[in-house]
Amino acid sequence: MLRTIIIIGLALAFGLGSVSMQGQRIVKSKNGSFLLKNGTLVTVSNGTFVSDLLVEDGKIAAIGESLAAPEGTTVVDCRDQFVYPGFIDSGTQLGLREVGSVSLTSDHSEIGDFIPHMEALTAVNPNGVAIPVTRVNGITSAITKPSGGTFPGTAALINLHGYTPDQMFAGYKAVIMNFPSTGKRGWRDRRSEEDIKKDAEKAIKKLDETWSKIKLYTKIDSATMALNKSRDDYNPAMDAMLEVARGNRHLMVEVNKKSDIESAIKWITENKLNAILTGVKEGFRVADQIAAAGIPVIVGPVMDIPARESDRYDIAYANAGKMQKAGVKVALRTDSYENVRNLPYEAGFAATYGMGVDEALRAITLSPAEMFGVADQLGSLDVGKHANLFVSDGDPFETKTDILHLFIGGWKVPLESRHTLLYDEFLERDPIGQK
Amino acid sequence: MKILSILTTLLLVGSLTAQSLQGDVLIKNGTVITITDGIKENTDVLIKNGKIKSIGEGLSAGDQVKVIDADGMYVMPGIIDAHSHAGIDVVNEPTAPITAEVFVGDVINPYAVSLYRALAGGVTVSHAMHGSANAIGGQCETMKHHFGEEDPEAFKMQGAPRTIKFALGENPMRVHGEGNGIQPKSRMGIEQVFRKGFSEALEYQKAWKKYSSGGANVAPAYDLRKQALVDILNGDIIIHCHSYRADEILMLMNVLEDYGVNKICFQHVNEGFKVAPELAAFGAHASVFADWWAYKFEVYYSTAYNAAILTRNNVITSINSDSGELIRHLYHEAGKTQKYGDLTDNEALKLITLHPAIQLGIEDRVGSLEVGKDGDVAVFKNHPLSIYAVPQYTIVDGLVRFDINEDPADMRMDLNPDETIPAFHEIDAHDHHRCMEGAFESLFSHH
Repeated sequence: MLRTIIIIGLALAFGLGSVSMQGQRIVKSKNGSFLLKNGTLVTVSNGTFVSDLLVEDGKIAAIGESLAAPEGTTVVDCRDQFVYPGFIDSGTQLGLREVGSVSLTSDHSEIGDFIPHMEALTAVNPNGVAIPVTRVNGITSAITKPSGGTFPGTAALINLHGYTPDQMFAGYKAVIMNFPSTGKRGWRDRRSEEDIKKDAEKAIKKLDETWSKIKLYTKIDSATMALNKSRDDYNPAMDAMLEVARGNRHLMVEVNKKSDIESAIKWITENKLNAILTGVKEGFRVADQIAAAGIPVIVGPVMDIPARESDRYDIAYANAGKMQKAGVKVALRTDSYENVRNLPYEAGFAATYGMGVDEALRAITLSPAEMFGVADQLGSLDVGKHANLFVSDGDPFETKTDILHLFIGGWKVPLESRHTLLYDEFLERDPIGQK
Repeated sequence: MKILSILTTLLLVGSLTAQSLQGDVLIKNGTVITITDGIKENTDVLIKNGKIKSIGEGLSAGDQVKVIDADGMYVMPGIIDAHSHAGIDVVNEPTAPITAEVFVGDVINPYAVSLYRALAGGVTVSHAMHGSANAIGGQCETMKHHFGEEDPEAFKMQGAPRTIKFALGENPMRVHGEGNGIQPKSRMGIEQVFRKGFSEALEYQKAWKKYSSGGANVAPAYDLRKQALVDILNGDIIIHCHSYRADEILMLMNVLEDYGVNKICFQHVNEGFKVAPELAAFGAHASVFADWWAYKFEVYYSTAYNAAILTRNNVITSINSDSGELIRHLYHEAGKTQKYGDLTDNEALKLITLHPAIQLGIEDRVGSLEVGKDGDVAVFKNHPLSIYAVPQYTIVDGLVRFDINEDPADMRMDLNPDETIPAFHEIDAHDHHRCMEGAFESLFSHH
């Protein structure tokens, strides 16, 4: 009895102790009204000017000079500072992977070649350590996507704040497809050119077979619906393709090599699909064809080595700009999970190597928002849009620049992460101690 | 007679080659970032016979000397990468926990386009390292990026101290413990690999001393592996040790202290920030990534502020690439230390110039722009720490090895007549590190 009391006492003391410790250490996100005063607003949609911006009910409620602060509003002085729309990374595995080499911490890849019903959103860990690490560089939204075989699953656009995947969901999904490649899989791929070609032809044949089944399935589904009947079969993979086949949902087609891009364009056009090309490493070689087909692209990583030994050292830096100049709609991605924070630097390199700052900025804000059909909510500083935005002390593409405040859906999110916490703890380590 | 003339020709060719690796160039009117003596506006740098002859205003050289107009540009010392695998054909000899007898210098590939791509990022010197499969790997090679030369010898930086690769943690544990079922399978085992190796080297040295002083009639069997460890114990080889966790870093410092070794640069050293005071007290150096983390469990508790914390604790710190991709923008990687820890411009640039030079023992030759040092220079449009920086010229020993205005796209030297367009590689930027290459032929590699 006495022992039990002691144990309970200890547990209470320990528990209370940790609560008070947490009370000091954990900075929570804050919801409410915020008036950003006198910042330089880089709106992306409507130029750059000095103004106030009011965040209320999760939205950008007003933009204008000398806005009044409603009662209870927190005023943030942004004089000599810059306000940007939150950045959007158009291709990541954020939330799906925790520790790269530990496979049981990774949820980005499932078994099977035709599994479009695998939902990335299901496996997003809202508490993934990489998410706050990403936010500190001004990234507020990201496409998180499965990878693997020909149809590895369905990607989702998420906002980088929330306690559940549904809270994070930003209203857009796309089915991922890896177009059969005639490139080498890696430096260790020892297949002959002929074998690679054969493998690809086989894969395309299989793809065409799959696609005719999808078309048939879609017809049956439409016919059944027309009769006001419901189907009682269970075919989740096919069901996941219905909206794609009807052109209502994007197919994100990963394709990189020139000849494969040409094949993909042909295939997409023939099947009248609503598609986005992703990766697109050799897009610069067929930029006019992509532009003529009117297919948007998601490019990245920008900091990449050329895919061919014979290509100029900076071709990956320049690729996005070359496509954009040819009239292709371009968004950028890091294709990362742990270093999505480098998105502004990827954009910076694209800007430097031909794209220009304005277009590179657009490629990580308004262009992806338009591409994903969420430009009424995200991608620029406009009244009525979600308050996904940040305040910086300079050009966010520059490594010298710090992000000072960040808002997602109107929540002021602390710029704290494992990386900043370890810095705070170890910069001046105490005790230094002797061995 | 004929043999003699062939020999003479060979000698002549040899000396000509040696001469051709040093050039003259005058860089006019740049903003000169010296690293050791501040920033000098509108200043010229004159390189003669591969060495910096003078730094000053209004310098002139003979008509023969190539002149680079650096008006409006930034002139800095050639960037040095203390951890690279570019330009070598083989990375790992993963056959035993100790392979100190193998030399990276034996597998230099002068045709590797990766070396040209490094030059296009302002990198003039790289430390071509053995991989991290073994607790004690092979001896490494400090290379000058004389891309364009066909003789592998041209890439070896003459006079650079010997270096050797050590590795702690998951990689040697995976290769030998998990892979081969032999020690080391844990960090306990790794410690004992070092202690056993050094102790046997001491015995070997003792046996040779005994023989040399007439105390034994028969010489001990020569063992290059043990001899290399003796050379480490004698301070003739600098250790560069792949490491991540704080505990294993402390372990190796304890072992080295017991054997009287003090020349050590920890590589990657993601948890160096946790033991920065201990590293500083030991005099150990640190060569880190700007922001790589989470790719394996031993780098899960990392921080991008590592370089800043180490710098503030007076640990000689550099930023390396370990990647054929990153090596092309080390100036940008250095810039990240201004985001993560507010290093000054000069502190950040030291991470890719003077500090790696110190870590490789070549700071009397390279790493800053000073009269008498090697003519290794990188010229940038826009400040090298800006995201808008673009390398314009890269000069090695006074020879312009990269000139953005005369850069043909195709820099291959070993053209395969059957392959008019080289193969397209579906590979992403996150797979350009080669630390574990060759260790598991079929396994995806991790740094």
